[in-house]
Amino acid sequence: MIKIVKRPEPSSLAALMAPIIAIGITLIGCALLFLLLGKDPFTSVKALFWDPLFDPQIASFSRPQLLVKAAPIILIALGLSVGFQAGIWNIGAEGQYITGAIAATAVGLAFWGSDSIWVFPIMGLAGVLGGVAYAMVPAILRVQFGANEILVSLMLVYVAINLLAAMVTGPMKNPLAFGFPETRSFRDFPAAYNTEILDNSGLHYGVIATLLIVAIAYIVQTRHLFGFQVRVMGLAPKAARLSGVIPERMVVICFAISGGLAGLAGFFEVTGPAGKLTTEFGSGYGFTAIIVAFLGRLNPLGIVLAGLVLALTIIGGEIAQLTLNIPAAAVLVIQGMVLFFLLAADLFVRYRIKLSSKVAA
Amino acid sequence: MTPTLSLKELTKAYPGVVACEAISLDLMPGEIHAVLGENGAGKSTLMKMIYGLVQSDQGAMTLNGTAFAPASPKSARSSGISMVFQHFSLFEAMSVAENIALGLDKAMSIGDLVPLIRNVSEAYGLEIKPEQRIAALSAGARQRVEIIRCLLQSPNILILDEPTSVLAPQEVDRLFTILRQLRDEGKSILYISHKLEEIRTLCDRATILRGGKVVDRVTPKNQSAAALAEMMIGARHSSAKRGQAQYGKVLLKVQNLSYKPSDPSEIGLSNVSFSVRAGEILGVAGIAGNGQDMLFSALSGEVRSTSRSIMFNGDPIGQSGVRGRRKAGILAAAEERLGHAAVPDMSLTENAELTKNRSRGRGFLNWSMARGFAKEIIETFRVATPSERTAASALSGGNLQKFVIGRELQQNPTLFVVNQPTWGVDAAAAASIRSAILRLAASGNAVVAISQDLDELFEIADRIAVLAQGQISAPMDAAQATPAKIGILMAGQAA
Repeated sequence: MIKIVKRPEPSSLAALMAPIIAIGITLIGCALLFLLLGKDPFTSVKALFWDPLFDPQIASFSRPQLLVKAAPIILIALGLSVGFQAGIWNIGAEGQYITGAIAATAVGLAFWGSDSIWVFPIMGLAGVLGGVAYAMVPAILRVQFGANEILVSLMLVYVAINLLAAMVTGPMKNPLAFGFPETRSFRDFPAAYNTEILDNSGLHYGVIATLLIVAIAYIVQTRHLFGFQVRVMGLAPKAARLSGVIPERMVVICFAISGGLAGLAGFFEVTGPAGKLTTEFGSGYGFTAIIVAFLGRLNPLGIVLAGLVLALTIIGGEIAQLTLNIPAAAVLVIQGMVLFFLLAADLFVRYRIKLSSKVAA
Repeated sequence: MTPTLSLKELTKAYPGVVACEAISLDLMPGEIHAVLGENGAGKSTLMKMIYGLVQSDQGAMTLNGTAFAPASPKSARSSGISMVFQHFSLFEAMSVAENIALGLDKAMSIGDLVPLIRNVSEAYGLEIKPEQRIAALSAGARQRVEIIRCLLQSPNILILDEPTSVLAPQEVDRLFTILRQLRDEGKSILYISHKLEEIRTLCDRATILRGGKVVDRVTPKNQSAAALAEMMIGARHSSAKRGQAQYGKVLLKVQNLSYKPSDPSEIGLSNVSFSVRAGEILGVAGIAGNGQDMLFSALSGEVRSTSRSIMFNGDPIGQSGVRGRRKAGILAAAEERLGHAAVPDMSLTENAELTKNRSRGRGFLNWSMARGFAKEIIETFRVATPSERTAASALSGGNLQKFVIGRELQQNPTLFVVNQPTWGVDAAAAASIRSAILRLAASGNAVVAISQDLDELFEIADRIAVLAQGQISAPMDAAQATPAKIGILMAGQAA
């Protein structure tokens, strides 16, 4: 008989090792997956995880991409991790990322041609507010009517995708784009362009802002009353209430933080790497960030590492599509495996399998 | 005569602690046998071994002379052992018969069950009707439903775990009558408790556990309560005594406080009014579930009420939240230790920080100060713990209770609100908590103590009011209150 029994005291080392073990098993899973696809497992895994960093030809292009992809994922994951610690589940960061980008773009287009240094910060503020406003929908529905925030926030992602399509084919369409569904490119608007600070480094203002927010998040989590209250709320909601936390207010604040950071990520993306809004702007960063938040143990420093790993799977996946003809969906399968194996590893940190030969008398 | 159940040198160890060490016990037919001990003495583990919930590391049991090693509660039940737990497992929205049907090992139709329940109920005078809804039953009646569930399995051995902790005095007498009848029919009863008077009235023999070992076997009728307590605790503890109280002005005035709960099956508060003076301890008696939790939340600030329904020091505070009230000097210690008063998975240091008043630092936490505060509580209230880094869930009930009560008392509340101050706590810890509460009142502060334990209220309270069905009775002087008077109010017949 197989039984799952609770460990008396889970070791904290095992809890830290779980993500690493999960990534290790994912690599094995990848190799098996590619074997089934008829590819050489070793070269495939190498193409995914090694070549983007160290292949002399590919790395010069893909290494800067690592920062470009990782920054928005990390930024969104940081915001999500606050709510996740408190047991408040914002699954709709992808939607808030899109609405943030739309709001920032709207402001940018309104100031088109200005050379004021204020254009860029005001767009950033608009991006944050766009994300916050969109996140308030599930937050307020939960607080006022007890609606499940997981479902509402997730469904609003699809509303945001359609809103984006309406914007780029309608009011925000570039008049010179010959009917293509896209906005003007911020590359043609220097005051609004999130430029690469060092050539070929991938370093843009969004990366710097992300690092700054990582530091702030770390301090708030370990040293500030708010971070403490968030953890208490997640572990024991009644104790949080007794210590003076107002749960409804906490829901709103957590959604505001996660929505705001997702909107900020959208702003940096649309003004920099993407350059403009298209129907394809939503690239799944908001969903990948959920995996990153958990893989990083909801800890800001862990999220940075996890964000880099997941960004690597995205870049490696793109390269492997080109060089080895691997289907694009493989990347999603790999990301799914990471989360799946992480949850499994977490289970075994707290529980163990007990094989007993004894049968109940 | 062969014992019904015989335990020989049963030992069970958990990582870091030996819960039971070489415990031997003979349970004879037709006896009520008490297992007496403080929390953490090994009573629960012992019962779990007998009931098949855990397996012993060493030692053996025999049942009617043959070897017995139940692998699960189901196999224990099929061998004729039944257990009534301290906390009932009943679905409130379902009827008695439906609840009993769910708990049976063999599937039975409700139609077949109803006459059986009637028979058992009549045979033992339990006064339970199969079609009654659980939600409508008192705690005593719910317990009788659990007893019927056990009796339907026609057990030879009945185990009861702290059965009187939720009962009004009249219901206790009733339970004892039922248990005596069962004994006279030749059944064996294991009675787990730390209430000494009960054991002296009811039980034929007692096995006393301390620190996982048997320290004595006595006939409780021949022992004084003090002697039993000494065996149980190991050293004589002085019960807290009230000095001559000096009362100051009215600190807390509650007027027409009402609360309607969102869940209609819960009891709220209706027009609750009382006042407490400085230096006074008001005891709120009554069985849990009669609005106790609501009254606690309304006073702690977790739930807000109309502004003037609660006046503190002359200021209306009904609308202020937990933090505002803590600043004003109202501190509260909740009943549920794990999850409400403390966060189970956090260290004592973090739990010390949980309800600490903060004035400086712009919300930045000072962990070294929190550590110092935790150590201070641990030392002052003699909390037995490896260190302040230990998780709250790793502490025994009594030690954690001392910690969460100590955390508030150490901050010198002007008004201290406490719900079930010694619920499930061993006698030594209870005595130290009670004397700390008395000291707080003696230094001119007010206390509202909500408790189901009447002995406790008689020991510490100056005045006692009863909360039943969400209504509070006029407080009476503790000196004039008797268990009978309070019992009638508790049953809700008069308010």
